[in-house]
Amino acid sequence: MSWIIASKDFRTYRKKKNVIYALFVVPFLVAILITAVIGYVGTRSSTRTTPAELVVLLPAFLFIYVILAAYIATPISSYTIVGEKVEKSLEPLLATPTTDSEILLGKGIAAFLPPLAALWGGSVLFMVLMDLTTESKLGYYYFPDWSTALVLLLLLPVALLMSVQMNVIVSSRVTDIRAGQQLGALSVIPFAGLYVCGELNLINLGDTGNLLIVVSVLIVVDILLFFVSRATFRREEILTKWK
Amino acid sequence: MAIATNPVDAARFLYSHACATLTLRCPRVGIETKGLTRKFGNLTAVDGLTLTVNDGEVFGFLGPNGAGKTTTVRMLCCLISKTSGEARIGDYEIGRSEDALKIRRLIGFVPDNVGLYEDLSAYDNLDFYGKLYDCTETQRKENIQRFLTMLGLWEKRDVMAGTFSKGMKQKLAIARSLVHEPKLLFMDEPTANLDPESAKTVRDFILELKKEKRTIFLNTHNLDEAQRICDRIGILSTKLIATGTPQELEMALSSGGGSRKTIVLLQEQATDALVAGLRRLSGNVTTEGNKLTIELKDPEKENAAVIEAIAKGGGHIESVTIVGASLEDVYLKLVREGES
Repeated sequence: MSWIIASKDFRTYRKKKNVIYALFVVPFLVAILITAVIGYVGTRSSTRTTPAELVVLLPAFLFIYVILAAYIATPISSYTIVGEKVEKSLEPLLATPTTDSEILLGKGIAAFLPPLAALWGGSVLFMVLMDLTTESKLGYYYFPDWSTALVLLLLLPVALLMSVQMNVIVSSRVTDIRAGQQLGALSVIPFAGLYVCGELNLINLGDTGNLLIVVSVLIVVDILLFFVSRATFRREEILTKWK
Repeated sequence: MAIATNPVDAARFLYSHACATLTLRCPRVGIETKGLTRKFGNLTAVDGLTLTVNDGEVFGFLGPNGAGKTTTVRMLCCLISKTSGEARIGDYEIGRSEDALKIRRLIGFVPDNVGLYEDLSAYDNLDFYGKLYDCTETQRKENIQRFLTMLGLWEKRDVMAGTFSKGMKQKLAIARSLVHEPKLLFMDEPTANLDPESAKTVRDFILELKKEKRTIFLNTHNLDEAQRICDRIGILSTKLIATGTPQELEMALSSGGGSRKTIVLLQEQATDALVAGLRRLSGNVTTEGNKLTIELKDPEKENAAVIEAIAKGGGHIESVTIVGASLEDVYLKLVREGES
């Protein structure tokens, strides 16, 4: 049932091309811009980066995709419930034999997969461009490595899932799409904080052990958020109190 | 399985087997409520509603805005909870969480706001709902084609619902509610805001559904529509004021002290003297060209005096007709009484 709801949302996205463009533009643009900056800086004698500096910079830049994960899903996921309510399509959907969990899971899947595809696509482009730009200086292709694989295949999806779930909760509580998007954007704060902690050497995000701990914590948070979203999804309130 | 050894046992076995199969395939979908109440804070939206809607009946639910019609439908569709009282649909109980999904599977619902997915085609809208009701692909294809054809939308099946006119959207919403072939259909003002032609198409379609013996619970403001379509009518103004067939309600008003009218067509325009003569018989006489409308308590007895008065006033009668209270009269009287 959840997959049916998600598939319907995917079909809707296909008709809303702007949503898809907006989703894919940022990760790809980030890849191109950061590579351009690194390439430009590398060619100037005054700011030339050493290989040792590059090895620190590259994983830090890749972490930008984790921060993006927390923000990029906001327009879609904060729209999920409140959007259906505003378009008046929620009442007939709630009258079908679907459970709250099925609706929330379906909405979650629909808000999770397209941003994940955009982020993975953007990060692959980032790695390819960065390898091509830095290979002459490093003498080898920096990407991919185990730490990168961990960030992209584990940390990024669980971070995105957390953002999506937070936004779905916000979406089922607010009565206005703009309010949903404003509040949903707050989900970026924990990841920005994590990035800053990494930069301040409070946590070494290049360390596989540390990354696994962060991923484990986020998985627990994701599970808890699903139960919170189920508990806060009140059909009756949505139908009778929202205007 | 026991094998029947004589024809009587065999017949009994076959009969019970057929009944069981029919019960499974055609679940009972009658509605029964007892003291059904819904409050929103201090406001009582529906107050002690006791009602029965039989299988295969088209039941019209009339009432002014804010009377509690939509709240009632939402409670019966398990969309919102009841505050107190009981309600059943067939064998299932409203308010029991384990019955809610079964009830929703059994019913179709046309909300007052159509709520279509405007970026999806008409076909995709229906297909999505068919899937949510676990219809097989063949069932979905057949039902979508059937209902879109019946409603004149089959040619537009690949067109985005967002480009449809209001009438077309309403028809599509009705088709959506039927895609899983429910035996019980709740319709919340399906012809509101439609142009006369679209409203007629929708009404005709409801009559087609009536022929298929579906149970239909129709919320409406439209008295004429209720009179034409519904087997029985309930008038709600937070409390249920009256129920009955349209004829029963009209009769109840007429025999319960409500006035009826005699309409007299004259060959010429009524003179002032003639009208003054009639006003001695009834306080309420109106003229419209050569048509006289005289409100009387008992027209059968009083018409002789009316005819005599017209003859004395020099009028020449073309025809005399007795008209009972209309459903509109009944509705207005009952709602005003309910409000007071």
